[in-house]
Amino acid sequence: MPEKTWLKVSNIDTFYGGFQALWNVSLEVKFEEIVALIGANGSGKSTLLNTISGIVRPAKGSIEFDGKSIDNLEPFQIVTLGISQVPQGRRVFPDLSVMNNLILGSYNRKARLKKEQNFRMVFELFPILKKRKDQLAKTLSGGEQQMLALGRGLMSNPKLMLLDEMSLGLAPIVINNVYKALREIRERGITILFVEQNVRRSLEEADRAYIMEAGRVVLSGNVRDLQEEDEIKKAYFGI
Amino acid sequence: MLLETLADLSNPLIMGILLGGLYALIALGLSLVFGVMKLINVAHGDLVLFGSYFAYAAMTILGIDPILSLVIGMPLLCVMGFAIQRYLMSRAFGKSMEAPLLIAFGISLMLQNFQQIIWTPMSKGLTTSYALISFSAGGIYFPLAYMLDFIAALFVMLALRTFLEKSYLGKAISAATQDRGAAQLVGINTGRVYAFAFAIAMATAAIAGVFLGLTFPFTPQSGISFLIIAFGVVIIGGLGSMLGTFIGGIVLGVAQSLGGYFFGSTAQMLVVYIIVLVVLGIRPQGIFGR
Repeated sequence: MPEKTWLKVSNIDTFYGGFQALWNVSLEVKFEEIVALIGANGSGKSTLLNTISGIVRPAKGSIEFDGKSIDNLEPFQIVTLGISQVPQGRRVFPDLSVMNNLILGSYNRKARLKKEQNFRMVFELFPILKKRKDQLAKTLSGGEQQMLALGRGLMSNPKLMLLDEMSLGLAPIVINNVYKALREIRERGITILFVEQNVRRSLEEADRAYIMEAGRVVLSGNVRDLQEEDEIKKAYFGI
Repeated sequence: MLLETLADLSNPLIMGILLGGLYALIALGLSLVFGVMKLINVAHGDLVLFGSYFAYAAMTILGIDPILSLVIGMPLLCVMGFAIQRYLMSRAFGKSMEAPLLIAFGISLMLQNFQQIIWTPMSKGLTTSYALISFSAGGIYFPLAYMLDFIAALFVMLALRTFLEKSYLGKAISAATQDRGAAQLVGINTGRVYAFAFAIAMATAAIAGVFLGLTFPFTPQSGISFLIIAFGVVIIGGLGSMLGTFIGGIVLGVAQSLGGYFFGSTAQMLVVYIIVLVVLGIRPQGIFGR
């Protein structure tokens, strides 16, 4: 059986005001894959995620999810279809409790029906959140906030999760926990596209990767092949 | 001597607390709209007055009690608020800071003139049989209208808090207040949530309009003076906090009342604005602001 393509981004250009942030970017994510999006600061990774989520509109090109065009939908409609973004910097609601942050994850109608089931999944993945459920989100540690952000994303009952810089500002041991959670999320049938600056880590965790530079995709492929690419070796591993 | 002074003080103190209830009632909607949308709704005072005039019309034309007329007045202002946000403000949001402000200013001018054409510039009041009743206990006077103001403010504040904390929509409003971008990413239709927040703020404006009319006479120009008072309340209490707004109202009411007691009625608002300035200097986010 051929693998089903969940997300198909074709030839998009995205502008911020007069500044072009993405140039003719194309990308595909297949069912139950883990795909990494790698690149330096300002290379357009977050812009690409925000374009997929509908926060910014592409000027050119198309975005399809599950065979359906989504590039002119509002962000909340895109979440309802099953694409959930966990943004950079976690962005939990600081003055709401952990419980209320999670409840808001299930705001869309489809997710409300599966609220109890998703609560169980989140608390299985992150037992610490159950312990902290009545605390305000701002009182959590950085790692716990990242788990809350992931949990909130999972509450929207996603088919595809877009994860932006999960390991930013976290201690190495916490980063390991976050990536362990990522693999467990995939085991539950959720496809993942994640953004990461750490190339070595990305190539370890992902099935395939896209490498971006200055708003363009410059390389892509299976991680095994990419690890052998001379350009990557030179640019990122210093070999 | 000291005891006598204290006994003398209790009357203005009580009056200040009760009057503060009215101020809080007027400010709650302003605080909610600013907290959620970061919009300074300069039309708030005129929308409150629209509520007063609506109750006046219901009373004089149909003979309906002003408080009872809220059954129609609240939904009417709700719909107006929803439409203002959904079809006027939302187009201006994100374009510039001043565009929504100008729209609010335009609404303010239109309402003032509309009310002037229909009701003349003469002062009106919601003169009901109970508006002038007063109780006295231990040498202290409790005017019924002021007591109703306070009870209404307490009720509206608690209702808003419960709504924001318990309901799905209320939580979504809080979320959009704290981080609009993240709210969009969790699937909240922020445009719609904003319109509901404005609608709810206008429901409180309808209530504030009725109790204002029961307490004070009003003219089409009164909106601005109550808007300024509401600003003071919100600055003292902290924007977006319902409890803070309630307490801010009481602080302002007491300041005005005691200011009048000690320095005469000409200086009472001066005392109020000095307190506002002091709060701005020491704690610009307000006593309960984040």
